[in-house]
Amino acid sequence: MGKVKLAMHAAAGCGGCDVSVLDLHERILEVAGAAELLFWPMFCDGSVKDLEEYPDRHLDASLFNGAIRNSEDEHMARLLRQKSRVLVAFGSCAHLGGIPGLANLNSLEELLRVVYQDTPSTVNPKKSRPTELYWMPPGELRLPRMHGQVLALDEVVRVDQYLPGCPPAVEQLWALLRAIVQSELPPPGAVVGASNIALCDECERSKGEKRIKAFRDLASFVPDPEVCFLEQGVICCGPATRSGCGGRCGKANMPCRGCYGPPDDVEDQGAKLLSSIASVIDSDDPAEIGRIVEQVRDPAGTFYRYSLPSAFLSGACREEAS
Amino acid sequence: MSFEPKILGILCNWCSYAGADLAGTSRRAYAPNLRAVRVMCTGRVEPTFVLKALRSGADGVLIAGCHPGTCHYQSGNHKALRRVTLLKKLLTQLGVEPDRVRIEWVSASEGEQWARVVNELTERIRKLGPFRPLSLLRGTG
Repeated sequence: MGKVKLAMHAAAGCGGCDVSVLDLHERILEVAGAAELLFWPMFCDGSVKDLEEYPDRHLDASLFNGAIRNSEDEHMARLLRQKSRVLVAFGSCAHLGGIPGLANLNSLEELLRVVYQDTPSTVNPKKSRPTELYWMPPGELRLPRMHGQVLALDEVVRVDQYLPGCPPAVEQLWALLRAIVQSELPPPGAVVGASNIALCDECERSKGEKRIKAFRDLASFVPDPEVCFLEQGVICCGPATRSGCGGRCGKANMPCRGCYGPPDDVEDQGAKLLSSIASVIDSDDPAEIGRIVEQVRDPAGTFYRYSLPSAFLSGACREEAS
Repeated sequence: MSFEPKILGILCNWCSYAGADLAGTSRRAYAPNLRAVRVMCTGRVEPTFVLKALRSGADGVLIAGCHPGTCHYQSGNHKALRRVTLLKKLLTQLGVEPDRVRIEWVSASEGEQWARVVNELTERIRKLGPFRPLSLLRGTG
């Protein structure tokens, strides 16, 4: 049997997904033995031009991490889709939009203004902004065009498999690579490397009735490692997040941040999470409820930390007219 | 053409749906902009329903249930109140006017109150204008 042909590409993300592959440690040698890495800009050779010249469906699988932020991300998504038999949305950003997706809370103009003008360390008296096209000898320079919104991978191309996580747990990545090599992938559209129940179901902390009078900040105390975070007033995304990560955060005494996304039957992770978090508020008095709710300082960033582009209302409803 | 708000009403079976019925049987005229859906209790109303309604073309959402202390299931309406309070904060962050979502208490004997609530909300949303989230219009091209 010939080697499996693989590609990995990073779009709008942090690069952590690429690096997480190295967490395989020695097993990376087995990957190299069974697979030919034709395109992986982070670690090996292989140019976009080579990729363009391969016949369609030449690659057995492409692992695509990062969200779609600009025209280059979109081009690479379409190109890898065309050249691959299997396209995997790798990690939270490709899966649901991820952390870069929180940019959808602001308009493009607001983002550019903060980055190129308002940050205290920026000196930009001419108020220069990057332009798509710039002429200088010996020719024109082109930058990708920013999209108005960050998108998840499947809003641009058809995705065969989703491997959630920020980054995906290394054992789940290993299982995915084995499945690719052995042609044993589940049917298209499946979320692989994760189960379909909420993380709470696997969590080993003691769980009693949840009634809280105040939300607490992790900076202000050390949570009891044996007791459910929510009972201690710490917002935990476990109730609306699928398990499969092995509860890495909980074991480090940190609440779940929701990177695995919601189970299959949840359409909107943030709304579901909001529902469960609001339910544990122990008050019937509208004024007191208001005061407790005020302690949730950033509901959108907390409940949709990894999934805003996939939400029913993806923010930026107040984008300025252009 | 003038704007006619489309409002989704989610009404609890025991109080508000009966209240709306009473408004009808008392032949009370009020704004025809609300489409009513009956649920057993406002405690059943998930924030997902509200967001999905807004995404699907509703300009506003009304959740109506029993007065505090009179819930058929004891605390469902309190739960709904907590959720709506937090939901409004989220909506503000998402750039949606929180006034598009309202929670009200209407008992089975308050047909007049029902008509007043629907009229008020309809006028409020008429002033806010149609709800058109840009996330629905976004193109990738």
